[in-house]
Amino acid sequence: MLKYIFKRLSLLIPTLFGVVTIVFFMIALSPGDPARVMLGERATAASIEKLRHELGLDKPLYVQYGLYLKRVVRLDLGKSIKSGQKVSEEIRDHLPATVELAVWAMIFSTTVGILLGVLSATRKNSWIDFGSMASALVGVSMPVFWLALVFIMIFSVKLDLFPTGGRMNIRYYFTPISGVYVLDGFIILLKTGDPKVLFSALHHLVLPAIALGTIPLAITARITRSSLLEVLNQDYIKTARSAGIKESRVIYRYALKNALLPIITVVGLQVGMLLAGAILTETVFAWPGIGKWLYHAIEARDYPAVQGGIIFISISFVLINLIVDILYSVVNPKIRLS
Amino acid sequence: MDKDAYTSRKLASDQDKDILLSMEDVSVSFYTHRGIVKAVRNLNLKINKGETLALVGESGCGKSVTAHTINQLIPMPPGKIENGKVVFEGRDLLKLDEKEIASLRGDRISMIFQEPMTSLNPVFKIGDQIADVFLAHHNIKKEEAMEKTINLLKLVKIPAPERRIKDYPHQLSGGMRQRAMIAMALASPEPGLLIADEPTTALDVTIQAQILRLIYDLKQDIKMSVLLITHDMGVVAETADRVIVMYAGRKMEEADVYSLFEKPSHPYTQGLLNSLPSNKKYEDAARLEAIKGTIPDLLTIGSECPFENRCPHAMPVCRESFPDETKIDDDHSVWCHYVEGEDASPSSQLVGDQGEK
Repeated sequence: MLKYIFKRLSLLIPTLFGVVTIVFFMIALSPGDPARVMLGERATAASIEKLRHELGLDKPLYVQYGLYLKRVVRLDLGKSIKSGQKVSEEIRDHLPATVELAVWAMIFSTTVGILLGVLSATRKNSWIDFGSMASALVGVSMPVFWLALVFIMIFSVKLDLFPTGGRMNIRYYFTPISGVYVLDGFIILLKTGDPKVLFSALHHLVLPAIALGTIPLAITARITRSSLLEVLNQDYIKTARSAGIKESRVIYRYALKNALLPIITVVGLQVGMLLAGAILTETVFAWPGIGKWLYHAIEARDYPAVQGGIIFISISFVLINLIVDILYSVVNPKIRLS
Repeated sequence: MDKDAYTSRKLASDQDKDILLSMEDVSVSFYTHRGIVKAVRNLNLKINKGETLALVGESGCGKSVTAHTINQLIPMPPGKIENGKVVFEGRDLLKLDEKEIASLRGDRISMIFQEPMTSLNPVFKIGDQIADVFLAHHNIKKEEAMEKTINLLKLVKIPAPERRIKDYPHQLSGGMRQRAMIAMALASPEPGLLIADEPTTALDVTIQAQILRLIYDLKQDIKMSVLLITHDMGVVAETADRVIVMYAGRKMEEADVYSLFEKPSHPYTQGLLNSLPSNKKYEDAARLEAIKGTIPDLLTIGSECPFENRCPHAMPVCRESFPDETKIDDDHSVWCHYVEGEDASPSSQLVGDQGEK
């Protein structure tokens, strides 16, 4: 097991080298000049040239690439051009917001997705099946940013049920403890008995989490349905039924555990997708997480920040997939990790 | 088992009160997009207490559908039980609701399947799967169920059951898995009927004999009845008390096992027995005889005798109607126009006829 994890982690190195290289050249090839963006439209050619020299942008590309690799190997992601802060610190500051949003989106999409999938599979060809699969198709096809805007229009502007954006009502300002506001709100509730922060955090989470979770939900529901339908045709399900096991137990224990394998794969991939989806969702909902930070970094041609952010997301993606593979062996005893 | 012992047991079990299960005029169809598949037609059968009844026939003749009609595991739709009664211990199973039938399954009516490889759940330990059946039928604690499971695994002669309960199905051999399946089917205080759907087909011959022996011994010990579904005449000869030969959803011949092997009366039964390999035949001809032709399409089949297109004695009347019962003996009936037309003891003549061909 440890050997397997070590092997997988060592595969991270070539993966990351590829990511770093692609990201570096993609950004270098994209139009726009950070010096020009930073100094504004009225900057003189001389001042732009001076800033370019300070940032090292006047050196040949391969030299820049070599210097960048040298720093990345030493785990130094550099400083943000825009804020002057270390990129790693900026990531650290913005991470809790994204983790919080992604976790809630994940909880929402996985529970509701599996439930819908099970309902569809067990009532195959009923209106519940057609209904949920049709909405799943719509869900998969919906762009996140558009769905987010529609949510804001309906639930925030028209119905005034949820805030349009942000993580917290600014009147409840507090010093973050973990940075995950629901957790912080819970700690405050335990300490002071005041539920305001917790409620406000949850209130702000509803729309972005649902918007971000919709596509994963639809994919999870569809894969659950097809995987469960296949399992329900297996001999061992007939055995369980013929042994008088209750139908609900047959489905939720005997069948679902077998059906879980492809579901775990898909859910794992969704977590990676969530990080990408978060860029759009966070931007629409003014959610101060990695996604929004990265969006602004791209806008400002903040090379070190963009590179650092993408490398970070790539590492997360690979690690999440490793965790998924380890989970496999828990669910399916036939899979031995070696 | 000698014949005298068998006869005395048969006489003892002839009274009606000893009937455990009877199926009366049962027809089952499947409504597919290609049409109505008539899987079982007007089937009558009864199983006495402590008896082994064998259902014999080739693939697709309705054996398994009959079994699943008893424990109500026919997928509906597309399946539909058109008519008939399935009386088990005085109750018509077809009139029970899902909850009542589920409480009989695994308790009074258990089933073991053909494929031990795929019939156990791959992601649960053997012990947990068997204990779960105990828990489904008895109000006992998990530890107690585990204890009972270990005893049961001992009963089906699985070595080191305390260790085996922690194994997953893929860690057991085919024979061991079938034993575990049998144990699962016996996870009940007093099993009434064990339906064994080709229990030895997927096993190699030495293991087959062990498993059949095991089922036979358990039957004697627990006094349960067995409905044995098979296409293997060898298995029938070894284990059955009575035999029903099915073909294309119809009952063709019913007899006690001795009478059937001595005087096979239906041309189909004769064909089945002729296609068995035997030492003598091997010397004579070196080639196995097969019944010519294939089973008819159950979609288009009408009221004719379904064996008509393959039968060496087919007559015009065979194309018109399915024959009535002809009694060969007290415990031996056949449904055949040809036999009907013949006088007493037509069987030897029939065998002779076929030999010439």
